[in-house]
Amino acid sequence: MNDALLTIRDLSVHYHTDRGELKAMRHVNMDVPGGSIVGVVGESGCGKSTLISSIIRLLASNAIIPCGSITFEGRDLLGLSREEMRRLRGDRISIVFQDPMSTLNPVLSIGRQMVDIQYRSSASRAHKIKRATEMLASVGISDPGSRLKQFPHEFSGGMQQRISIAMALQAEPALLIADEPTTALDATLEVQIIHLLKKLQTDIGCSILFISHHLGVIAELCDYVVVMYAGEVVEEGTTREVFHNPAHPYTERLLRCDPASIATKTRSLPTIPGEIPDLVTLPQGCIFKNRCEHVMTQCEHLVPAWIESHSGHFVSCHLAAKPGND
Amino acid sequence: MTDVLEVKNVRVRFRVKSNFQALVQGIEDPFIDAVRDASFAILEGETFTLVGESGSGKSTLALAVAGLLPAEEGSVRFGGAEVTTMDHAALQAYRKQISFMWQNPVGSLSPRLSVGSLITEPYKIHKLAERDLKAECARLLKMVGLPREFSTRYPHQLSGGQARRVGVARALALNPKLIIADEPTAGLDVSVQGEILNLLNRLQDELGVAMFIITHNLNIVRHISDHTAIMYLGRFVELGPTDDIFEQPRHPYTLALLSANPEPDPDAAISRIELKGEVPSLMDRPGGCEFHTRCPFVGDGCDTNPPPLFTVSGAHTLTCHYPRG
Amino acid sequence: MIDILRRITREPLGMIGLVLVVLIVISALLAGVIAPYDPIELRIVDRLQGPSAAHLLGTDQLGRDLFSRVLYGGQVALKVALISIGAALGVGVLFGMIAGFGPRWLDNIIMLFFDTIRSFPTVMFALATVALVGPSLETVIAVIVVTTIPNYGRVVRTQTLSIRSNEFIKAERAMGASMVRILGVHVLPNVIGPLMILASMDIPTVIALEAGLSFLGMGVKPPTPSWGSILNDGYTLIRNTPWPIIAGSIPLVLITLGFTFLGESLRDLIDPKLRKNI
Repeated sequence: MNDALLTIRDLSVHYHTDRGELKAMRHVNMDVPGGSIVGVVGESGCGKSTLISSIIRLLASNAIIPCGSITFEGRDLLGLSREEMRRLRGDRISIVFQDPMSTLNPVLSIGRQMVDIQYRSSASRAHKIKRATEMLASVGISDPGSRLKQFPHEFSGGMQQRISIAMALQAEPALLIADEPTTALDATLEVQIIHLLKKLQTDIGCSILFISHHLGVIAELCDYVVVMYAGEVVEEGTTREVFHNPAHPYTERLLRCDPASIATKTRSLPTIPGEIPDLVTLPQGCIFKNRCEHVMTQCEHLVPAWIESHSGHFVSCHLAAKPGND
Repeated sequence: MTDVLEVKNVRVRFRVKSNFQALVQGIEDPFIDAVRDASFAILEGETFTLVGESGSGKSTLALAVAGLLPAEEGSVRFGGAEVTTMDHAALQAYRKQISFMWQNPVGSLSPRLSVGSLITEPYKIHKLAERDLKAECARLLKMVGLPREFSTRYPHQLSGGQARRVGVARALALNPKLIIADEPTAGLDVSVQGEILNLLNRLQDELGVAMFIITHNLNIVRHISDHTAIMYLGRFVELGPTDDIFEQPRHPYTLALLSANPEPDPDAAISRIELKGEVPSLMDRPGGCEFHTRCPFVGDGCDTNPPPLFTVSGAHTLTCHYPRG
Repeated sequence: MIDILRRITREPLGMIGLVLVVLIVISALLAGVIAPYDPIELRIVDRLQGPSAAHLLGTDQLGRDLFSRVLYGGQVALKVALISIGAALGVGVLFGMIAGFGPRWLDNIIMLFFDTIRSFPTVMFALATVALVGPSLETVIAVIVVTTIPNYGRVVRTQTLSIRSNEFIKAERAMGASMVRILGVHVLPNVIGPLMILASMDIPTVIALEAGLSFLGMGVKPPTPSWGSILNDGYTLIRNTPWPIIAGSIPLVLITLGFTFLGESLRDLIDPKLRKNI
């Protein structure tokens, strides 16, 4: 994937804590091709939020980046000055968060906020208002002109999320990071938002990095999927490949656990027993070994390599590396 | 089997304007109905699930069942006794026989108490502290599959799944006849959800406790529930045995909910019923069938006449002018 | 507790605060042992001396040893501070929790009382009370208690309001817990932390108020030593010798710094929002 918009190579992020160095993200590789939707799946503690914060360079003050690079549109983001980085945010890279109520300023009208974030543009005020109206209409808000005068609390949760998306896409960014944008919404609204994102992505031609724990949503929306576990990317590939031929035992178990994939009634649902290892004192070998059904001797002390099991389908597991196993 | 709980025509309303505001603003009815005309029964040792989206009134109904909110109309009978007219002492005795599991696994545990004291709280509240609390605590922790050492931990030291188990242990403390669980899998990872649901299933098989589950997550309902009700704007739109609801859903809203559940399969054939717009405000209920503003199959009379009760078979009922089939 | 102490000593300001507070408290407690002279014994021959080996801070116009008077004055100051803040805390917490948890009308009544008290300027209120019932240690304490109750009450009320909407309170109610139990076991432990910080930062204010009243002759009755009365003596003698003024103000400055530093580092430790690390 040489035409990648965003390329992350060997990225690690650690946090200084009272207990020692918390290795929240280790040697992460990831590509977001231009004009595509990439899903990031993972459960709590997998490093999703650290990933987002490191891409937009808004990591907590106790974070350090021991190694790695983040290349966006040919530039290494980690090497940019604060000012250059600030100019990228909200212009080339923007974000939609989980909770729209906390992203919108409650005391300013929607219109005011949507005009204010166009501060980079030299267009006239009337033109900016026109742009805001168009954006609201494009996210499916009826009568956008008069609704610009309303305040966030006058909209329902689903509408607020639509407005956040409109604001994030107003500058036509190259990359939209969507951090669990549908988790706070009801199922029927979730479907609406997913379709909206897909439509806007095609219209604008941007890429979306879509973070979610909801496998069904990822399957429906994303072209590629990245599976994270305990701060590592364990599998990456096209959604179809990963969901149909999961190469990592964790992905396979995760897919089996989703109740939506179990069509017949059962009193005993599959689970992944065990807990994520402590990221301060990392275990030797494979990070998933304590919960893996297929654990082998080399998993105990040998970290599995990042290998291409099929073309474009990457995985870090000793099983996939076995000769003759495809 | 006998009913543990029998709910008949319950209506719960909230005041939204004071009398004075209502007078000044010329509003006739300063109340909104959060729950209207809800009737269902839970059999001994059975699981009943209430499915609805936010604002559907499902939690309100649960609180009314527990006697924590007054019901305006209708009756709630628990083991033959009427809950809505109970005095303080009777309610206190009633609360010994039902227990709650709240939505937020960690947030529903008092943050400055250790797990040990949290689990044994029901004994202290109901003046049963002369029991051997240490032994009770160990027994309950064992039942929910947590090691004994957990009794000295504090809520913030627990993961979501562990906190949820503590919540289950506390709910079991007084051997209740009924457990009311509000979104038992909310905030849990997929791999942990299964553990909690399996635990609830196992405990129900072992202890024969009845469960009243409230959720918006249809995925889990099929595997844990015996009877299911679908709620929209404070009313039941479809009610019946869970298998019937999943295999032969008849109400358009149920169909929409079921189809809004994306499967983790990129090639899954999606025949989706997408709903228009959003849930109307309770202050401004649509006339006729309350679902007609969003229904994709709206027909003659939907906007004027309340829908009739339609019986599919036996206990499977719905309210719709034009049931799908 | 030990953990908190250890973390306070890691920060320089916290450490300074802790040392100052411990030093002042110990010297006040052990005044009877440390003080070289009786603080109220008159020795006119030695009047108005500067610092010397015999009199570390010199003597006042009646020949009393200033160092001993400062030590005993510390006893008075701490006694006033602890009793009044303790009492104000107790009453403030009780009314604050009731206001925050109880019905709306009760909340309104309690808040009305709090606001009424707060609307009096403290010093005016103190002067008026002293004028009515006469100056004494008890009057000072009573005035301080009455005027600080609303401060604690309001903080506790706000905290209680935010705690009461938490799910664990709903859970307790559903289990049938009584209001007394909810307040005592579940609300109190969660409001007490920030309150202790507020109280420790209030101690110097209260001590300054006591000194101020005594300075005006409206507080502790002579000859009982108080930092305020030492200052007052020094004020009248300012043309003869600076030492009484210096002797009276040093402990006031030190105790203010000590408790403020300690309170601030406690606040940084306990309030997670102010912590820089995740």
